[in-house]
Amino acid sequence: MTAAVEGSPPLRMTRARRNALLQSEPVQGFALISPTFLYALLLLVLPILVVIAHSFWTQHYLTIDRTFTLENYRVALTEPIYRDLLWRSLYISLTVSLLTVILAYPIAYFISFHGGRHKSLWLFLITIPFWTSYLLRVMSWKVILGYNGVLNSGLMGLGIIDEPSTALLYNSSAVIITLTHAWAAFAILPIFVSLEKVDRTLVEAATDLGDGPLHSFLRVTLPLSAPGVISAALIVMIPTVGDYVTPKLVGGKDGVMIANAIQAQFGKAANWPLGAALSVTTMLIVTLMAGATVLIIRALQRLAR
Amino acid sequence: MRARRFLSGGWLSVYAFLYVVFLYLPVIFLPIFSINTAPTPKFPLTGFTLQWYADLPHTPALLDAAWNSLKVGVSASVLATVLGILAARSITRYRYPGRRTINGLIMAPLVLPEVIVAISMLLVMLQLGLSLSLFTVVLGHVLVCIPYSMTVLTSGFEGFDRSLEEASADLGESAFGTFRRVTLPMVAPAIISSLLVCFTISLDEFIIAFFLTGTEATLPIYIWGQLRFASKLPGVLALGTLLLVASFLLMTIAEILRRRAARRTQNEGGLYA
Repeated sequence: MTAAVEGSPPLRMTRARRNALLQSEPVQGFALISPTFLYALLLLVLPILVVIAHSFWTQHYLTIDRTFTLENYRVALTEPIYRDLLWRSLYISLTVSLLTVILAYPIAYFISFHGGRHKSLWLFLITIPFWTSYLLRVMSWKVILGYNGVLNSGLMGLGIIDEPSTALLYNSSAVIITLTHAWAAFAILPIFVSLEKVDRTLVEAATDLGDGPLHSFLRVTLPLSAPGVISAALIVMIPTVGDYVTPKLVGGKDGVMIANAIQAQFGKAANWPLGAALSVTTMLIVTLMAGATVLIIRALQRLAR
Repeated sequence: MRARRFLSGGWLSVYAFLYVVFLYLPVIFLPIFSINTAPTPKFPLTGFTLQWYADLPHTPALLDAAWNSLKVGVSASVLATVLGILAARSITRYRYPGRRTINGLIMAPLVLPEVIVAISMLLVMLQLGLSLSLFTVVLGHVLVCIPYSMTVLTSGFEGFDRSLEEASADLGESAFGTFRRVTLPMVAPAIISSLLVCFTISLDEFIIAFFLTGTEATLPIYIWGQLRFASKLPGVLALGTLLLVASFLLMTIAEILRRRAARRTQNEGGLYA
């Protein structure tokens, strides 16, 4: 009895405090985002953890042996076939991200500095093809690459290749061209956003202080837009390393990439742990490559100043 | 002097024009060859026909795939938009620790290789004993649609004038009433835009559907299957053209609505400005 009487005032206080807590901004905000957060945890984080776990296990026919082993990683890193596929995938994704950024920069610059009233129209025009089916865009490259007249004249006009090529389909350059086209819009947007943030008065100041337009571009605009260049490079590099459709449709034998090998492990070859180890290895290496890219661009940015 | 001219609009606009040609060129070849009489896509064109389109409704497998795509697209876009609304509202309205990390996690599928996202989900679903079906495809599509939904909705919710909601609450409206009569009308265009964007993504998405479906095909999976047969190519081109037109229309409407939403919330006068 006495305990209850003594206990009630603090109890009321905790309740009041709890109510205050429930109505506080952080709790309400967190409660609101929690369904989406949980969804991402359940269907993204948990699956990735399961993949990592599988990469340390072994498959015996239909059962999974859960004793810890690094054998899958040994196979993934030393078997010539996987090593080659991994290198090729990294080479292709690096080339594609470099190409898309170089090709996209002038467009982003043009829209940001010379777009005038039509900025959003230009952006819309450039992003629309990106919203059409990826599969269909790859398929149309397959259709085009067979017909040298159209493709070669088009590409030579753009300066991507120097001379007409007769063997465009079914090799890694076909994969590179297709991916560069497919990811173009993804590279333009981040660069455009960072160029929009460049303080125009700084460019004017550089010109007033005697820098030519090229100099002021190299020393002011370009370094200031480095964050956009970095995110453009990463946003292209990471997904393209694991591309499946493009190598399958236009890559032929010489354009096969690591994703095709990963898919085979989950399909015909039925070796999930090896497929998991290949996925984890790919992700780790591309993360390292992305990190190196960030460091290199930052170093260049410092040099430019 | 030459450098100045180089950096000024002249050269760049030529480049911009060529770039847009490069972007559109491959896409334009699909409709061109879909109305060509020759069954193989090559120049010169042989003549105009709508034969390939006329054949489409007589292919039962295609109609099934279209129906499946519609079911998956509607379910995925509704679910992703609901989850997107909650998250975008939380991100734009509240400040709390861990907000950026959670946002980063939700946006992560945008930058991860799709194959890896797909096989991870496949592994978990098989482990949980879920049989692969259109339902598992929907689960996967929702995950990849949420980042896009978030982007559209955040731009619609940002700059949303909170005092309007406060005014409504002060005037005695309940929390739900405020949401329904003040918040919802303001953000409706952004929500519809998100639904259209998600539907388009789901309609066109191949990798995740390819890994997570059982025996039922969606349209991209149907197309993938047809690509093996050279003789089926014109039909695929015709179907592809229809999909292109559908995506184009949906995205144009979505973009117009998204802009309207952004304008609505950013104007001081709100709804009627």
